[in-house]
Amino acid sequence: MAGVVNYHSSPHKNVREKHINEATWVRWSLISIAVLFIVIMIVLPLALVIVESLQKGFAVYIDAITDSDAFAALKLTLITALIAVPLNTVFGVLVAWAVSKFKFRGKQILLTLIDLPFAVSPVIAGLVFVLMFGAQGYFGPWLADHDIKVIFAVPGIIIATMFITVPFVAREIIPLMQQQGIGEEEAAISLGAKGFKVFWYVTLPNIKWGLLYGIILCNARAMGEFGAVSVVSGHIRGRTNTLPLHVEILYNEYQFSAAFAIASLLMLLAIFTLIVKAIVEWKEGLQSKRESIE
Amino acid sequence: MSFVKFKRKRSSARSIIPGFRLTLGISMFYLSIIVFIPLAIIFLKSFELTFEQFWAAVTNARVLASYRVSFITALCAALINTFFGLIVAWVLVRYQFPGKKIIDALVDIPFALPTAVAGIALTAIYAKNGWIGSNLEPLGIKVAYAPLGIIVALTFIGIPFVVRTVQPVIEDLEKDMEEAAVMLGAYRFRTFFRIILPTLFPALLTGFTLAFARGIGEYGSVVFISGNMPLKTEISPLLIMTKLEQYDYAGATAIAAVMLIVSFILLLAINLLQWRMNRRMTSNS
Amino acid sequence: MNMKSITHLPKIIVLALLIGVLGACGTATNSGSIQLLNVSYDPTRELYVDFNEAFAKYWLETTNQEVTIEQSHGGSGKQGRAVVDGLEADVVTLALGYDIDAIVDAELIESDWQTQFDRNSAPYTSTIVFLVRKGNPKNILDWNDLIKDDVEVITPNPKTSGGARWNYLAAWGYALKQNNNSEDAAFQFVKELFKHVPVLDTGARGSTTTFVEREIGDVLLAWENEAYLSINELGPDQFDIVYPSLSILAEPPVAVVDKVVDKRGTREVAEAYLQYLYTPEGQKIAGDNYYRPTDPEVAAQFSDQFPELELLEIYKDFGGWKEAQTKHFADDGVFDQIYTPGS
Repeated sequence: MAGVVNYHSSPHKNVREKHINEATWVRWSLISIAVLFIVIMIVLPLALVIVESLQKGFAVYIDAITDSDAFAALKLTLITALIAVPLNTVFGVLVAWAVSKFKFRGKQILLTLIDLPFAVSPVIAGLVFVLMFGAQGYFGPWLADHDIKVIFAVPGIIIATMFITVPFVAREIIPLMQQQGIGEEEAAISLGAKGFKVFWYVTLPNIKWGLLYGIILCNARAMGEFGAVSVVSGHIRGRTNTLPLHVEILYNEYQFSAAFAIASLLMLLAIFTLIVKAIVEWKEGLQSKRESIE
Repeated sequence: MSFVKFKRKRSSARSIIPGFRLTLGISMFYLSIIVFIPLAIIFLKSFELTFEQFWAAVTNARVLASYRVSFITALCAALINTFFGLIVAWVLVRYQFPGKKIIDALVDIPFALPTAVAGIALTAIYAKNGWIGSNLEPLGIKVAYAPLGIIVALTFIGIPFVVRTVQPVIEDLEKDMEEAAVMLGAYRFRTFFRIILPTLFPALLTGFTLAFARGIGEYGSVVFISGNMPLKTEISPLLIMTKLEQYDYAGATAIAAVMLIVSFILLLAINLLQWRMNRRMTSNS
Repeated sequence: MNMKSITHLPKIIVLALLIGVLGACGTATNSGSIQLLNVSYDPTRELYVDFNEAFAKYWLETTNQEVTIEQSHGGSGKQGRAVVDGLEADVVTLALGYDIDAIVDAELIESDWQTQFDRNSAPYTSTIVFLVRKGNPKNILDWNDLIKDDVEVITPNPKTSGGARWNYLAAWGYALKQNNNSEDAAFQFVKELFKHVPVLDTGARGSTTTFVEREIGDVLLAWENEAYLSINELGPDQFDIVYPSLSILAEPPVAVVDKVVDKRGTREVAEAYLQYLYTPEGQKIAGDNYYRPTDPEVAAQFSDQFPELELLEIYKDFGGWKEAQTKHFADDGVFDQIYTPGS
């Protein structure tokens, strides 16, 4: 997933002139197909979640999202994302630098290994950490002797989330950095700039959209992850339940409206990050417009 | 994964860009802790079985049937996503229409929605009393509790992959090529298939692969909509769960190991293919 | 994002990490009162919410000590595994003895756990009943009605759900009894029965949802308590409960996790907690939550709710869980043979 250079700097940049554009009927057919696909596949489930969450009235909705267990779950979910996402972001930038700025053997294998967490079933992702840190696991007895709890506690949830979301930032900016090559950095260095400054003032401005995009996807996935976290959490109410697990609990208690209310809260959190993105893009657009006027 | 030796090629030795050792070193350290060691554990655990036990566990008739279900449904879902994902990405970049920003924002929803919720919501929609299911039922089309339902669920969770991979590449397409094609008298249709599609192909392939890989392993959303009928709609991750239910950790990791190897080979093949295509394209230009 | 805001990024990341770590530590510290963790299975949520409240009150009155009981619920097998893997449960209250035996194998519970509390350490019992649509339109009265041509049966998957194993064994026991203990006939019966199952959910609550919300199937094989709960929570005028001629005595067992309580010094309160399940108060709470009380006097109060019926017993009729598990539910066991290709 590559990011975008100067994505929205001019909104009509990519709208082509007539002679290299499709006929009107083709255009509108394609738009209809795309909209129809998104409506059927995404809007309908979304609508169902919202309709169900409001079925028992707005009061039930408010109760569900202000419940103390829900609040504890929200806190845990945010903590998890706050730790997992920055670490994966730093990793993503480092590995992208290594992969895109240098040639070395085994690069394709490295790239494939970064992709692998996508292909690992979340159930297995949780299980491996149980096999490592569980009481019967490889490091379990040592951890027990030192009274360190990893599994069925907050650290386990964070590690499992990190595993699931490792690829996002890296996958997003690697193609972008590869495409940009090393010319600008070399120029900066030959002008006397040093290591980290080159990255900070030359590379980062070029990749910030891709980076932001990676962070948003990574964050959405970190907050929404269910399978892996479910294996390592222990499901202790108010202590080791994340929002997705809290949804499952409510659903299993036949509190369907409350369950969907929490689910809609999660989606709002995701859309919140999207709104932040939109604001940043909008500001950027203004800025570049100003620059182009100057 | 010590068999991979990362060594800089001599050709780039004169690169003046700093930080190779530092960045690769830290990345490898981080990847080792978060990805390699956990994945190695899968193999380590499955080695607790003798070879015969391992073989029996991974080639049991029901397990074989589940690979088939998992791979075929993931393949179908990834193909659907590639086709529609391309159209969505194209439309979002090239055309202006009301509600475009909203559609753009909605594309990421499948990542944010917990998979279990996605599964429940889709089941509710496609069950015979659901919004869509009630309309399909009279036509004799069964989605929920059938293989079709698994494809729907996997399509849902994979949507962002293709759209978000292809979108930036369409943005970057050079106008000149299309102009040139028109001047040479090519029809728009032909320009698309001869000029544009090949340029998009690497990105499409990446999106397809990621969606496919994600689909093979998916559990949370599928168990709600699939009906879990043995031999018909039972996916491999579910069989891993049933092994765990019998406290058979080694058997569970055996199936996981097979799925992991297949996924790795698949991803590697596609990464290599893409690398070749990129190289050919850059050498051409 | 301009250059200025980018330079703040590391600070923000460090701050976020700090908040995260502090938050994580915050959740780890605990207050002065005693905490117990009860690891249980899915359908007991409502029961233990009520019971924990009553016990905390009782414990405060008798010992002047505050106790908070944390609950963890999930599939019985998954919960058993979590305890084996280090989830520090003071007490376990699971669906099957098999799952507690697995914890015994990990040497966390003494092997004589079943004698630690009265009545095989099963303070309340339940049974398997049929939940049918209002008015029983398909006229389903007994097990053999389930294999009538136009009947669709909803049950979870016995490989993943503890409750479903009770369903399966009850059907097996019925068929044995009808056919002079012929195992072949019993196999043919359950095989035919599972041909009538269109959806195998992974857990009991999943099946209930499929039957109630998705309106699939004509009959749901369910725990008695789940059947009552579905009627009361989801639609009093939509379903009826049918009692078959023969069912199975489900005895969800309880145990103190010896290793954990000795380590945490909570043995006294943990034992009192489980013992309290046997008191008239505890038994009444079980009855109110549609579990059959085992105390004869309390049971008499609920006799309207729980009709007498002939019940098979797992230890008497199936040789205990280990045997039943190996024979029926292990890989390549009888249940797998039902779904062997070509059979």
